[in-house]
Amino acid sequence: MSTSPADHGAPPTGDVGAGPTAYPDEPAPLQRTSATFLGMPSFQTAAKAALADTQQRRNLAHATATIRGKRAAVVAEVEAWEELRVAGAAAKDEVLHHLPHYLEQLEENLTARGATVHWARDAEEANRIVVGLVQERDADEVVKVKSMATQEIELNEALEAAGIHAWETDLAELIVQLGHDRPSHILVPAIHRNRAEIREIFLREMGEVGRPAPEDLSDEPARLAEAARLHLREKFLRAKVAVSGANFAVADTGTLVVVESEGNGRMCLTLPETLISVVGVEKVLPTFADLGTMLQLLPRSSTGERMNPYTSMWTGVHAGDGPQDVHVVLVDNGRSHVLADPVGRDALRCIRCSACLNVCPVYERAGGHAYGSVYPGPIGAVLNPQLRGTGSDVDKSLPYASSLCGACFEACPVRIDIPALLVHLRTQVVDEASGRSVEALGMKAAAWTFADHRRLEAAQRAATVGGRLLGDRTIRTVPGLGAWAQARDVPTPPKETFRQWWRRTHGDGAGTDGTGTDGTGTDGRTA
Amino acid sequence: MTSQGPTVAIFATCFNDTMWPEAPRATVTLLERLGCTVVFPREQTCCGQMFTNTGYADEAVPLVRKFVDVFERYEHVVAPSGSCVGSVRDQHAMLARRSGDGGLVTAVEELTPRVLELSEFVVDVLGRTDVGAYFPHRVTYHPTCHSLRMLHVGDRPLRLLREVRGIDLVDLPNATECCGFGGTFAVKNADTSIAMGSDKARHVRETGAEVLVAGDNSCLSHIGGILGRQRSGVRTLHLAQILASTEEDPA
Ligand code: SF4
Repeated sequence: MSTSPADHGAPPTGDVGAGPTAYPDEPAPLQRTSATFLGMPSFQTAAKAALADTQQRRNLAHATATIRGKRAAVVAEVEAWEELRVAGAAAKDEVLHHLPHYLEQLEENLTARGATVHWARDAEEANRIVVGLVQERDADEVVKVKSMATQEIELNEALEAAGIHAWETDLAELIVQLGHDRPSHILVPAIHRNRAEIREIFLREMGEVGRPAPEDLSDEPARLAEAARLHLREKFLRAKVAVSGANFAVADTGTLVVVESEGNGRMCLTLPETLISVVGVEKVLPTFADLGTMLQLLPRSSTGERMNPYTSMWTGVHAGDGPQDVHVVLVDNGRSHVLADPVGRDALRCIRCSACLNVCPVYERAGGHAYGSVYPGPIGAVLNPQLRGTGSDVDKSLPYASSLCGACFEACPVRIDIPALLVHLRTQVVDEASGRSVEALGMKAAAWTFADHRRLEAAQRAATVGGRLLGDRTIRTVPGLGAWAQARDVPTPPKETFRQWWRRTHGDGAGTDGTGTDGTGTDGRTA
Repeated sequence: MTSQGPTVAIFATCFNDTMWPEAPRATVTLLERLGCTVVFPREQTCCGQMFTNTGYADEAVPLVRKFVDVFERYEHVVAPSGSCVGSVRDQHAMLARRSGDGGLVTAVEELTPRVLELSEFVVDVLGRTDVGAYFPHRVTYHPTCHSLRMLHVGDRPLRLLREVRGIDLVDLPNATECCGFGGTFAVKNADTSIAMGSDKARHVRETGAEVLVAGDNSCLSHIGGILGRQRSGVRTLHLAQILASTEEDPA
């Protein structure tokens, strides 16, 4: 069985610039928050707990500093890095502005080369398609290539619910899966774990689901990798079905691409009879030549390597070579909703390199779990509230989970201006609110004060009088300011504001050229 | 020095005007010493950054209009704050577009490239790096995020500091990492903000510097608040204060 485009009136047609045409009669729906992340607390609440996890703090500080250094070194080698970034952004923009066209082209080329294309509006539909395909082949297990899309739709949970084991074969994903844990990084899902913890997980859990770890396992990386390899090998050789994602899907050839480091992906993509790839609709690239840009940008940005060890490409079915039964599930799951926002849709350029996570000082300290999604860090802070809307505590708080330092934008290989998107989403959060919160009233009052310099001067007079009474320029405790003043000294207002000083030393008016103000009518000289 | 230089409108910024008048005062002192005629248009208030970055765009739009009204007649507008200049140059256009007022959009596009942060103005417009300052202390410089990544001031502040007589300028480890202030971020995410600020303060102390200097008093008051709480024996000064400092009138 397969859901053909005709089942839904999909694929979309026409230019998406005018609105996502997969949903011609209605606004494109939001992604439903998956079971795992329902009821997540706000970022600041989750971060507060995470900040106290000393082991995670140390692991993250060490791991992100290492990968930041590697990335910086290999990016600095490329003279035309900025041109590459611009080209990468342009290729993605081309797709996002004409998504229906490129999706149709992709489907046509995939189908012509023997693959079967399925369309899924949301996670539930995508999971139903994959579970159905596995069941039709009488399989009770699948091997998996690391994939953000399948994590997003919680495919493993759906497969388990249907009695099908999903074996993660990426080393870090395996650690997370065996540890009954959640990934905390896009590229290095177990970044919050150290070697000692991994050894304990392997010893405790491997035997429950397959070949046990050797009893004398140490925490040396080589021994840990060996244990994983032996544990996984029997699964690779046995499994009839593999499930992958794709880093890129090339429209003009129908080629899917998976980029990886360990070779586990290559095993999954070549050994089993059936290969099912779950691909977000934004993964399309216009032409094969665009891969030239992307394959330079991605490895340097993500692992800090000049080229990743394994790049697998497959174009439909090749007789006698690799899987003979090839399926591609194209998933929307909220992406059309993001596409409808001409500012916010820049986030769909993302190639999931995770450079923005590694350079983010907030991510480094709070860790990935506080973001309440499989997409953590700066990109998660802009993507999740767009995919899921800003109704929940966590999605409302994510646009504020940043100091707007701009390190993410600087690192992003496809030039997503994440700080600008965060500000855009903050405006959305405020616009959707009642406008009667303490914060909103305070902002309105402040705006009223700033609307006229005479009001500002009056407010300043009150402050400087306070400053004179307090005398010193430092306050050590301020009731009501909470954590702000718990760890910081807070300055008190000076005895004289700048404008009071200016009037005392330079006289009234704008200054010496006399053109700067009509201030003579707005005196209010009381300082 | 005589007044041969350009006329400059100083944008004091509301935060400096109210809380840290030493920085705009030093800016005036420095620019006058370098031969500029400085004017202070009194109708100025705030660039609106606090509103914009907290999501209150509707409250920020009138301040963009006001900023244009006050400053559009000047050839040079200079502020002792990378953050506020960043907001003017990076965000005012977006706010003007949101207002739907085409005239405002044009006025903003016309004005904002002329709004410069202090080190940009001194190095690029006045063509000076030696400003005749004297400051015989051990100093470390924190490049604030908006100066660095929004305005791209690059090493201009360091070039100015290196020419200060008597200064012992030392590198700050992990200098380009954010101090964790981030305006509204310090309030909404106070715990993460302090975690970041503590690391910044630790790096400052590692340098053995007596003075931490930066181009933004918002960041400086955050880091300085932590250094003060630690009784660290490190004080903070705005870049303008060191550049204005002389033997006769030390900072
Ligand atoms: S937003 Fe940019 S830097 Fe972050 S993961 Fe996506 S492509 Fe990489």
